[in-house]
Amino acid sequence: MTRNIIFGGVLTTLFTGLAILSFFYTPYDIQSLDIPNKLHPPNGANWLGTDHFGRDILSMIMMGARTSIAVAVLAVGIGICVGIPLGLLAAARRGSLLDEVIMRGNDLVFAFPSLVIAILITAIFGASAINAIIAIGIFNIPVFARLSRGAALPIWERDFILAARVSGKSSFRISIEHILPNITNLMIVQGTIQFSLGILAEAALSYIGLGAQPPTASWGRMLADAQTLTSIAPHTALIPGLAIVLMVLGLNLLGDGLRDWLDPRLRRGRV
Amino acid sequence: MTLLSIKNLTLAIGDTEILHDVDLSMQAGEIAAITGESGSGKSMTALSVMGLLPTGSKTTGRIMLDDTDILDVTEKHLCTLRGNVMGMVFQEPMTALNPVQTIGAQVAETILIHEGTTKAQAHARAADMLRKVGLDMSPNRYPHELSGGQRQRVVIAMAIALRPKLLIADEPTTALDVTTQATILDLLRDLVREFEMGLLIITHDLAVVANIADQIIVMQNGRVVESGATQTLLRNMQHPYTKALFDASRHRVDLPPKIAGDPLLNVKDVARDYPMPRTTVFGKRPKFRALDAITFQIEQGERVGLVGESGCGKSTLTHAILGLEDVQRGQITLAGSPVFTDNRPNLSVRRRMQVVFQDPYSSFNPRHKVRRLISEPWHLLPTPPADADASITRALREVGLQAGDADKYIHEFSGGQRQRIAIARALIVEPDLIIFDEAVSALDVSVRAQVLDLIADLCRKRRLAYLFISHDLTVVRGVTDRVLVMKAGQIVEQGDSEQVFTAPTHPYTKTLLAAAPRLPELDKV
Amino acid sequence: MIRYAGKRLLSLVLSLIAASIVIFAVIEVIPGDPASFMLGVNARADTLEALRDQMGLNDPLHVRYFNWVTGMLTGDFGTSWTYKTPVVDLVNDRIWVSLPLAVYALILSTLIAFPAGIIAASRRGGPADMSIMGATQLGVAIPNFWFAMILVLIFAINLRWFSAGGFPGWDNPALAIKSLTLPAIALALPQAAILARVMRSSLLDTLGEDYIRTARAKGLTRRQALWRHAVRNALIPVLTIIGLQFSFLLAGGIIIEQVFFLPGLGRLIFQSISGRDLIVVESVVMLLVFVVIVVNFAVDIAYGAVDPRLRSKS
Repeated sequence: MTRNIIFGGVLTTLFTGLAILSFFYTPYDIQSLDIPNKLHPPNGANWLGTDHFGRDILSMIMMGARTSIAVAVLAVGIGICVGIPLGLLAAARRGSLLDEVIMRGNDLVFAFPSLVIAILITAIFGASAINAIIAIGIFNIPVFARLSRGAALPIWERDFILAARVSGKSSFRISIEHILPNITNLMIVQGTIQFSLGILAEAALSYIGLGAQPPTASWGRMLADAQTLTSIAPHTALIPGLAIVLMVLGLNLLGDGLRDWLDPRLRRGRV
Repeated sequence: MTLLSIKNLTLAIGDTEILHDVDLSMQAGEIAAITGESGSGKSMTALSVMGLLPTGSKTTGRIMLDDTDILDVTEKHLCTLRGNVMGMVFQEPMTALNPVQTIGAQVAETILIHEGTTKAQAHARAADMLRKVGLDMSPNRYPHELSGGQRQRVVIAMAIALRPKLLIADEPTTALDVTTQATILDLLRDLVREFEMGLLIITHDLAVVANIADQIIVMQNGRVVESGATQTLLRNMQHPYTKALFDASRHRVDLPPKIAGDPLLNVKDVARDYPMPRTTVFGKRPKFRALDAITFQIEQGERVGLVGESGCGKSTLTHAILGLEDVQRGQITLAGSPVFTDNRPNLSVRRRMQVVFQDPYSSFNPRHKVRRLISEPWHLLPTPPADADASITRALREVGLQAGDADKYIHEFSGGQRQRIAIARALIVEPDLIIFDEAVSALDVSVRAQVLDLIADLCRKRRLAYLFISHDLTVVRGVTDRVLVMKAGQIVEQGDSEQVFTAPTHPYTKTLLAAAPRLPELDKV
Repeated sequence: MIRYAGKRLLSLVLSLIAASIVIFAVIEVIPGDPASFMLGVNARADTLEALRDQMGLNDPLHVRYFNWVTGMLTGDFGTSWTYKTPVVDLVNDRIWVSLPLAVYALILSTLIAFPAGIIAASRRGGPADMSIMGATQLGVAIPNFWFAMILVLIFAINLRWFSAGGFPGWDNPALAIKSLTLPAIALALPQAAILARVMRSSLLDTLGEDYIRTARAKGLTRRQALWRHAVRNALIPVLTIIGLQFSFLLAGGIIIEQVFFLPGLGRLIFQSISGRDLIVVESVVMLLVFVVIVVNFAVDIAYGAVDPRLRSKS
């Protein structure tokens, strides 16, 4: 199963590398328009062709990778930083009113169609990358809260937690010292999955014009621009779409591979 | 007439050989018992006979059931044999039944699969079979509505519905209480006699083996080391492993005499209720009384046992003594100070108590090293001791481990070593009282004997008071001065251990003692 | 079972109340005065005040919330500020595009995912499992709107089997379903990939349970054990995902409706947001949440039907 880690890792590194490289170098400047050279298919000068303004698609993909990754990472960060403490708190106070409130709150967020709320948020506060991050991030909170609570509950039943309580440790301390290290693997795996979902969500939001605004490049916006051109210049729609698919595929493979690799049950079987 | 004969059975899963040249044979109507410690290959032998080995298993040799070689027939043929000619009962009754089907339907399925009867007929026969195994209830009940013992009866009904020639029972009573165990064993014995089945029972409990089996097969590390008719084998053991196994389960701990001291733990009139789910929407929640008027004392240096079956309130009592949960009535004090004050545990009192748990695998955080694991109770001290390393080394040596073990992770140790580490963790704050909560129940007999010896040894070195909680009466008798018998949240009998075990007064204690299987005294056999 | 259903129903009502408060609060904090928006910047102060009065904007917060909720319960969703028509009529025109689309996609997704998941689980590690898992890995990674664009390119523009967009109405049901087919496929395939993975892993978990071994010991073949004992137990987590997916499909329609120019709720909410027509936004969001909560209620009831333990508990 390390094949998944290698393949997923290579794809993830490739796109992350392109995003980082775009800070220092892109083949062309994506701000300058070159209308005479519009809609060229891939060729020697523009490896991935040009779009309807004659901009280099490879450069756009590099800049778009930056936007996608930044939005997705920050959105997952919101989910992790708020969701995991909430989940651990609910698990530490399991059965209490606080637990009930946290879990019902999660259910409530799940009941809202996430995309509709994301649209609502960006519509109210204006379309921007920051608001896209917040909109996607909010829906990551219940995912991590529910998962960390679910993973923490059986650990709370284990004898070593009882031993820690006998040693006089507070439930806060137990959560940090004993629970958190034992659910980290699971959170890393879920993190990569949410990361890939974040990429997809960012693409969807910018496709309908509610994500990063021009001149910031984004894959979703490139697809929106290409929509009416699919019949005359299919590469303008295919390339950004493939970029999304490969990035998401890479992250999912990485997540699957990590899960198999980190799962002690499976690893023991391998030794 | 030979019913089952296994010749040169070798089993490999992947590259690991699990069974080596296993030979055994049993007659129709005979009860044969395979025994041995964990990892001996007894369950795998049973699964080989059923043809239910995990995928990736490779077998050689022969398993003859009547005239059929199990290893040589097609899967399709095997399906016609399973449930029909041979049936199987498993260890864990709580998970052995499909939770979404009624018990009647699950028993009827055995009949429907093999015989072309109508559904109604199959269900009627299933209902008869359920009555036969002593379940006087509607076949329309679901498994979750039944107790463990009742579920095991359903599994048995399923296995014998078509009166197979061979019944295999893999640790059928290990997950059950001692009184339930006795009734299930009686049921199996009666059914075997009535249906003239052969019963191949797999169990680690030598007392059960000695009491039920006509033939004993002893296994170790995937080999049969000795087999023979029960009486002959018990009287004349040939293999050293067989002798060691029986010696270990008959092992009597050499407990030093008690040195009487001042009163230490005082539990007075304690009651604990748990709220139950509402029965009506707005009504008051009914309460379940887990502990009721519990009163007893432990003196310094006194070793007290606590016996009772599952659900009797043993763990609730442990939690209350440790001050992990408050009680509704009564008071628990250690050397005069309450363990729980103002809604919070009293840590200065807790410092003088420690606990050793049952499961050596879940008692330790797998991500910490032994050093950190056993020094965790120092959290109770105002400041950790100055000579921390020396204290850790001392604690490890005291339980028979090395100083170097402090820097290993817990998965590098065996079950017995882990219980030693658990004892080291308990000793590190030099407590006055240790609670052993089923501390040897999960261990194989030989390891159990060693850990019990260690406890006796510690009693010689220091004045140790402990509360030893166990369902195993023989073990409790060996390591305690006094014993408490608990049933449904109440202490029904308490007194001097020898006294209670030889001359019990309460009917429940008598039932418990009668139900507990005992190894025969060999000199008298 | 009745008590179980009653409990779920109570939680349904509480969820609806909580959701309506959240939606109302969100709309309240939005800057901008609907009345001045409707009358334009040059409106006279007294006309503005009269309109605010007429729209109930001067009432205290709790009165406005109460009026909004009772209005919805009696089928009065208010009047759109931009379209100047009752919201009910706007919704009524469009929900018969969005709802059938979501249901259509859900049916497709389930029809694809169940067999795929079952085949993969029963042939674990074999070539069928490997190829199904590979396909789902790809399916999960494809953004549905891009997939929709590709479908249009292939089946509408090149092959001309379907029209590239638009919706003819339900006067001719065959034509209506045909025009919803490409959008439904675009929505369903990525979801089917997720569902197939859940089905497979849930089945694999179930196949490892003790009662499967018990069933095999009774003489059931692998296949019989799978169908009689594993599938029903494996459905429990799968039902949860189906419930969540319905909400996703309903909302995901917003984007797919953009690709195919379908006159559904998605377009309505999208246009209302850009037009700041908040009464429409408020009502449509509430309606979507209502549908999602009711679907989850149905899933809970389905649990009870599948699992006798839930029925008798509490």
